[in-house]
Amino acid sequence: MLLRRVVITGVGTVSPFGRGIDNLMDGLLAGRSGVVELPALAEITGMRTRVAALVTGVDPMEIPRKFRRSMSSMSVFATLAAQDAVAMAGLAPEQLSGGQLGVSIGSTTGSPQTMEEFFREFNADHSLERMKSTLFFHIMNHSCASNVAQVLGVTGRVLAPAAACSTSTHAIGYGAEMIGLGKQEFMLCGGADEFHPLTSGTFDIINAASAGFNDTPHQTPRPFDARRDGIVCGEGSGILLLESLDSALARGAEILAEVTGFATNSDPGSIANPDTACIAQCMRLALADAGIEPGEVDYVNAHATATEQGDIAECAAIAEVFGAQTPVSSLKGHLGHTMAASGALELAACVEMLRRGVLVPTLNLDQVDSACAGVLHQREVARRRVDTVIKNNFALGGVNSSIILRRYV
Amino acid sequence: MTDQEIVAKINSALAEEFEYDLAAMTPETTLFEDMGLDSLDVVDLVIVLETAFSMKVREEEAIRKIRTLGDIHEFVIAKKRQLEGDR
Repeated sequence: MLLRRVVITGVGTVSPFGRGIDNLMDGLLAGRSGVVELPALAEITGMRTRVAALVTGVDPMEIPRKFRRSMSSMSVFATLAAQDAVAMAGLAPEQLSGGQLGVSIGSTTGSPQTMEEFFREFNADHSLERMKSTLFFHIMNHSCASNVAQVLGVTGRVLAPAAACSTSTHAIGYGAEMIGLGKQEFMLCGGADEFHPLTSGTFDIINAASAGFNDTPHQTPRPFDARRDGIVCGEGSGILLLESLDSALARGAEILAEVTGFATNSDPGSIANPDTACIAQCMRLALADAGIEPGEVDYVNAHATATEQGDIAECAAIAEVFGAQTPVSSLKGHLGHTMAASGALELAACVEMLRRGVLVPTLNLDQVDSACAGVLHQREVARRRVDTVIKNNFALGGVNSSIILRRYV
Repeated sequence: MTDQEIVAKINSALAEEFEYDLAAMTPETTLFEDMGLDSLDVVDLVIVLETAFSMKVREEEAIRKIRTLGDIHEFVIAKKRQLEGDR
């Protein structure tokens, strides 16, 4: 339980639907898919998947060269999203640089693209003589967090959690706890990732990447669907500006939602395969943190990436905790799996669902897999009041995480 | 390669690397004040020159004294002449 109430006053997103939360919501509510065919993947021996969800509609040149030189595309995405979140929150320059704002932004790894470029050059003749000075700043694990802090002039804490698909849920949860403890007044929280064949390959190697819809990319991934065949990797960034309720009220900021609960736990049973009991425990811990009962939750935003085992394990856990009356959907059908960005991008969409009173359904869910029954799958856009949301993320490495948002009243 | 061609090649390479207006580049243009370069950029500047002219200059003492574009022009022209004389 947070010692001080924490609210969200700004949201920034860079996604396959472009830059900005309105573009994201337009794509989600219209039932569009951000997944495209990527013919270059076919040139990689052993790679079966040829689809990905790539960012559109951003211009890195908006960022001055002095800052851009230390950024790979994931930091570009994070910076643009962070700038939008700050603008939405209406933070003044002195609030950015006064020490009360911290940054908690992670990625799965440092830039895989820059690492590839480095080793291509390095392996050619084992020479460092052609290596640019800013290379390290692309590949360090806290590249996104540091680049955002540099651009915005942040002088508070800089944190860069890394837990693959749970990364940005962690970043938000830990950011909320820092504010809750009174260590910072504001935290820019979220995650970012850039697409690289290594990411798709990681899942393809373990037979968890979608390869059956290469010619019809909009039909995959298919969370909970009987014909689902795996993950589609994506890229992007989601950044939320978290703030103490006291601060938001004092400066008259528009409060978008309140973060009331966060939990994360480890599943030591397997580094790859999710466990229903462990997922259920994570959600129960988050509910306890928020001090609410399962019946008070209006909507479950599932992690559901369209893998065979993950969707089944999560569905069983949701059914165990919430029964079959609480609407459930996954946004992976629209956005693919944006990895370290997914938690924050999808939570940003949840903020909008709370504000707009709407539920986004799961895209490509044509026939629910019988093994994913037992929960109330949201199949259509629904206009209804939404007060409380739980959002899940589960990562390779056995790292589960859940966040609870509540409409601010 | 004439001196003029060397100057043009240097300016073109640096304008592209540092996104600087080619038309604004004169021998008097200072690297730090006018072009806004810093110590990291200087590392990359050396790589740009080495790549453009296929030579090694990183350990040259003279490069530490460079302050203007004109200094670079003179340095590279002299270095190229020296290398040509060595052949």
